[in-house]
Amino acid sequence: MSKQIKYSKAIHEAFTYLLENHDEFFVIGQGLWSPWYVGETMKDLDKKFGKSRVIDTPVSELAVTGATIGASITGFKPLVVHPRVDFMLLAIDQIVTQAAKWRHMFGNNSSAPATFRAIINRGGEQGAQHSQSLQSWFAHIPGLKVVMPYDANDARDLLISSVLADDPVIFMDDRWLYDEVSFDKGLKLLDLKDVKPEIISTGDDLTIVGSGYTVKQIIDCKKEISKLGVEPEIIDLRILNPIDYNIILKSVEKTGRLLVVDGDWSSCGIAAEVICSVTEELNPSIFKSKPMRVTLENAPAPTSKVLEEDYYISKERIIEATKKII
Amino acid sequence: MSNFENLNDINSFTHFSELDISTISNETLIKMLYKMILIRKAEEKISDNVENGVIKCPCHLAIGQEAIAVAAGLSMIDGDKAFGAHRSHAHFLALNENTYSLFCEVLGKEDGCSKGMGGSMHIIDQKNGFYGSVPIVGATIPIATGAGLSISLKKEENISISYFGDGACEEGVLHESLNLASVMNLPTIFICENNLFSSHLRIDQRQPDLYTSRFALAHKIESKVLDGNNITELYKFMKNQFISVRKSHKPIFIEALTYRWKGHVGFREDEDVGVKRSQDLSKWRDRDPILLLVNELIKENKLSKEELKKMENEILEKIDSDWDKALNAKFPDKSNLNNFVYS
Ligand SMILES: Cc1ncc(C[n+]2csc(CCOP(=O)(O)OP(=O)(O)O)c2C)c(N)n1
Ligand SMILES: [Mg+2]
Repeated sequence: MSKQIKYSKAIHEAFTYLLENHDEFFVIGQGLWSPWYVGETMKDLDKKFGKSRVIDTPVSELAVTGATIGASITGFKPLVVHPRVDFMLLAIDQIVTQAAKWRHMFGNNSSAPATFRAIINRGGEQGAQHSQSLQSWFAHIPGLKVVMPYDANDARDLLISSVLADDPVIFMDDRWLYDEVSFDKGLKLLDLKDVKPEIISTGDDLTIVGSGYTVKQIIDCKKEISKLGVEPEIIDLRILNPIDYNIILKSVEKTGRLLVVDGDWSSCGIAAEVICSVTEELNPSIFKSKPMRVTLENAPAPTSKVLEEDYYISKERIIEATKKII
Repeated sequence: MSNFENLNDINSFTHFSELDISTISNETLIKMLYKMILIRKAEEKISDNVENGVIKCPCHLAIGQEAIAVAAGLSMIDGDKAFGAHRSHAHFLALNENTYSLFCEVLGKEDGCSKGMGGSMHIIDQKNGFYGSVPIVGATIPIATGAGLSISLKKEENISISYFGDGACEEGVLHESLNLASVMNLPTIFICENNLFSSHLRIDQRQPDLYTSRFALAHKIESKVLDGNNITELYKFMKNQFISVRKSHKPIFIEALTYRWKGHVGFREDEDVGVKRSQDLSKWRDRDPILLLVNELIKENKLSKEELKKMENEILEKIDSDWDKALNAKFPDKSNLNNFVYS
């Protein structure tokens, strides 16, 4: 009998593990004492572990993020929760200009090993200011690691390894994945440095790369793609900065075709980055067709349901792109 | 009615006070003097070498403001954690008289406190309680608040210190941080060095009131305005308050009114991006924090002119020798560029 684990439950398990096993860990952020902000992922943690280690805060993203960084510089491995990526943007200076540079500018004499949990929370007619993900923005910054789990096991294990890492990490989980279930492989302690992109299913004809929620979408398309007579090799990036390209390069060398699906805007995005890095490395002659990307429409998120259908990535768009490539 | 004392008339400043050395030990008084002179001379050395082009990185000098850093430094104990900003040489040297390490840093040398990776604006010395300075205005205020959170969670009897300027009070992050420290009972000492200027603009061009401690009031944090050039007043207040905050874990806000002698950045004096300050400056020079202490010590027979001369010479010798050594120190290994990005 195989045990299943839900993505949201997996995040909860990670927090429970960290709170039980690591005195140097605490979690802080808006809404931690209310299920309304963070769903089931942190349910009752405050009751079990106390409100001094599971800390709800005033509406002060900048100072709370800065304080988390300050605690990380002075001996803790804390995590700050931003219930939406959009809210976290008020804390950009602290993340990008302080934490990411702290080790480098002080000559390795100090570091800011804080984790910034940015929840991607979109759709549902929430509109332009409650729908951003912006993973590519953060992946642009040397000194920041960006982790974006698709699989529930990863949601648990990579959250733990993000917190325990000695670097500042942006950990992005997507509410659209919260009810997804995976086969529970059991908690595994990973060193974030060893975590590489993962081949989710093997195939010889087309490499499809995704991250977070788009990996699920790609997997959902697999049957239909097979019906087109090609077997896709599906790769989950898992970490968006720094990216280890070896596995992707090997895959594209084999398939000769590359499609990248990224749930963010295209311009200067992760999809562009992956395509560019692969084409820079490989001999042009191995490509059987031009690489392609599927991303959000280049517009702010709309509210109306009808427009949302076009704005977000759909199965149809992935299939359509696949047809063009093969 | 104006909320400002007449900023052009130094005699109208109501916060000025007389030094009172009576309750401070001779040993501490001499230490204060030594540290202030060391900082002054070290910054003069840096100033000269900015002027002659040997130092390339931007240097913001705190000449004239030494008393605040020295008073706070002498009031700190093991485990206290201070964070600075762009004008932090004094904060650093007040805790560790290692001028060689600072000189190497401003020269971008390997032996610098940040291994030559930081320059004047990113200095650190965690071993001695200085947890880092950065030039993004206001940026270390929430970080110091977080160091206060660390101390609070570990239930330690220590404090964190945030040094910032009057200009930083115009950043929203100060207000978020004061609120957080207040509502969470954090042992953080907010020290505003109000030197009346932010870059080229005087405070009356930027704020509706001279006193930044008014912001503490809004967050129910106790505050005190002090004469930033009076080291005995600063020291007595800080020493006592630090002791009590280590126990109470309640933040306080100290506003030290002072004046920087140099321009915002670099070696020039009275003229700062077109602002002429010569008249003000000569009046503030009469309130030199070092001179005020020297006069008092001589008046009370705690120091002779000869002893002072000897101390100054010793300091100058140390500074010259550290400077020469720093000039000959190695530059960082090129591999640092990529090796220090991640752990
Ligand atoms: C966020 C940010 N805005 C602007 C600047 C440019 N700047 C550097 S120092 C400074 C003045 C700050 O004044 P204050 O806080 O009073 O410190 P002081 O220079 O007087 O020591 C300014 C505006 C900066 N470094 N960071
Ligand atoms: Mg100022």
